[in-house]
Amino acid sequence: MDNGFKGSAARNEAARARLLRGLLPALSLALVLAAIAWLNPRAISYFGFSLMLNLAIPIALATIAQMFVIAGNELDLSIGTFVGFVGCVTATWLKDAPLIGVLILVGLIGIYALLGALIHMRNLPSIVVTLGMSFVWQGLAILVLPKPGGKAPDWLLAIMSFKPPFIPFPIIAALLIAAVVHFGLMRTSYGVILRGSGGNPAALRRAGWSLLKTKIVLFALAGLFGVLSGMALIGITTSADANIGNGYTLLAIAGVILGGGEFVGGRVSPIGAVIGALTLALAASPLLTFMHIPPDWQVAANGAILIIVLAARVLISRRER
Amino acid sequence: MKKLLVLSTLAAVLAAGTALADTSGKKIAFSNNYAGNSWRQAMLDSYGIVTKKAVDDKIVGAADVFTTADKEVPTQAAQVQNLILQGYDAIVINAASPDALNGAIKQACDAGITVVSFDGTVTEPCAYRVVVDFKDMGKQEVEHMAKFQPKGGNLLEIRGLAGTSIDDAIHAGILEGVAAHPEFKIVGSVTGDWDQTTAQKAVATILPSLPDIVGIVDQGGDGYGAAQAFAAANKPRPTIIMGNRQDELKWWKEQKDKDGYQTWSASIAPGVSTLAFWVAQQVLDGRKDIPHDLLVPYLAFTQDDFEAALPKIKEGGVATHEYTQEDAIAAIKANIK
Repeated sequence: MDNGFKGSAARNEAARARLLRGLLPALSLALVLAAIAWLNPRAISYFGFSLMLNLAIPIALATIAQMFVIAGNELDLSIGTFVGFVGCVTATWLKDAPLIGVLILVGLIGIYALLGALIHMRNLPSIVVTLGMSFVWQGLAILVLPKPGGKAPDWLLAIMSFKPPFIPFPIIAALLIAAVVHFGLMRTSYGVILRGSGGNPAALRRAGWSLLKTKIVLFALAGLFGVLSGMALIGITTSADANIGNGYTLLAIAGVILGGGEFVGGRVSPIGAVIGALTLALAASPLLTFMHIPPDWQVAANGAILIIVLAARVLISRRER
Repeated sequence: MKKLLVLSTLAAVLAAGTALADTSGKKIAFSNNYAGNSWRQAMLDSYGIVTKKAVDDKIVGAADVFTTADKEVPTQAAQVQNLILQGYDAIVINAASPDALNGAIKQACDAGITVVSFDGTVTEPCAYRVVVDFKDMGKQEVEHMAKFQPKGGNLLEIRGLAGTSIDDAIHAGILEGVAAHPEFKIVGSVTGDWDQTTAQKAVATILPSLPDIVGIVDQGGDGYGAAQAFAAANKPRPTIIMGNRQDELKWWKEQKDKDGYQTWSASIAPGVSTLAFWVAQQVLDGRKDIPHDLLVPYLAFTQDDFEAALPKIKEGGVATHEYTQEDAIAAIKANIK
């Protein structure tokens, strides 16, 4: 009787910690939104949210791509330049020769899957492989678009400038991304296996699952979301540039961590990752612009905001232990 | 005679563009995508000096500067969208990409905001472009090289930041120049990113594999680094085209004093930011006749006049020119055909 009570108390404690951890990304988003509302009330409107959040959609998609890689205890340093290359393909081939464009994009997902296989079979550090690939993607992007240009396909422009009634499109898109990935990774049995490949690979192997296959699937999913991110980005910017995605690599990693993920152990949260991406997008740009910081300090202030937001998350997750 | 004087005064007043609308309440924002080199620092300094005075003189209500933390396009697109939300009347922009910001620029125009781009200009038709003829600058580099090296020979090209329109335009001009001067041959090309250290490393790496070089055509900010690389490798000093940086002109002077070294220097004046500012002010003033593409000259120095300019450039800086409202009106006039 006594034991049972203790057990449930410990379980309650753990559940509360998990709840806090789950709420933390949402809490930081609410804080950033409150600060923006205080600094510039005009931004809190249908028009304001459409403008502030539309560039958060590609960041959220890139963050989800990074999250799949991190779920398997790996890190992808090439996702930014990959998104840039996808953008260049989207603004050129996908518009002028849709069939070739689609083939290239599908092929890119295949290359990502192969990278997963290579990293697993040769037991290579993913940081090294993806760092190398980041230069490959960058080089290919410059080959496709030696100077900025190209144009997004009309259907893509139409999707990204869609104006639904009452709720701004970026919010709907964020909810949709979070819901789909949450269901796939957290609520299906193969999703459990995928996360398990990062959490306890030895146990998984002993149970007869193929770690090669899980790694391939995780990397292919990362490739898929990277492609979606590049397409969404071009749908918003309307035109491409070989250097367009370079900043996404670090943003995506920060988004996953801010969203409650861990670098190792298969502990990731799709909903958290999307919220983390939105928070970063809002904290980095709108908040900074509205604060009227002197130009010499703006770059440093941007970094300071990132550190504060991430430090808050580390402080709370430490209390959990 | 008196009548003539009155008439000419009247004409001058008209040409100066009398205030059609009051801009003293208007707010102009400057969206800048990078601040990490001497050129950009000079650009921000000039802009600060001129706009502070304009605000003090109540010509405009506010002129705020916003710099993004990285050189990325999406960050700047987000910044432009935030400036729209802030309610600025005009945005002066040095854009990270000529095309990829068009979505955000169009949103700004649709919100009734005047957009004036310079240096890194944008192709969105609703925006104004203050353009320096970079292609001509590249071509002139080879023209001058032909004067200093009449026999021709091998050239080394130092490129700027890959994938940018400026790098592309200067490179195209250089190729055009070389096509017109078949005595020159480009035997090597490196990427210097408009940065002395990067250029020095890149040139030092390629140098052992090159035949004798008579000249270096480059994009500015890379000439001094190239000179250092040649000196370190004990190779004969080629004719290096300079880019108006203080360290470059200082090196040029040292060489000139030593043995009469000759070269040419050209770059876009960082103070062109102030010209863009005045163009924005003129548009807000209600002028409707301003062409959307304004071609302005680049700043060049020759063997005869560079020494006079050198003391005015601050250590580690770049030669600049701060434009006045009258300069802007004159530039607009020159572009109305």
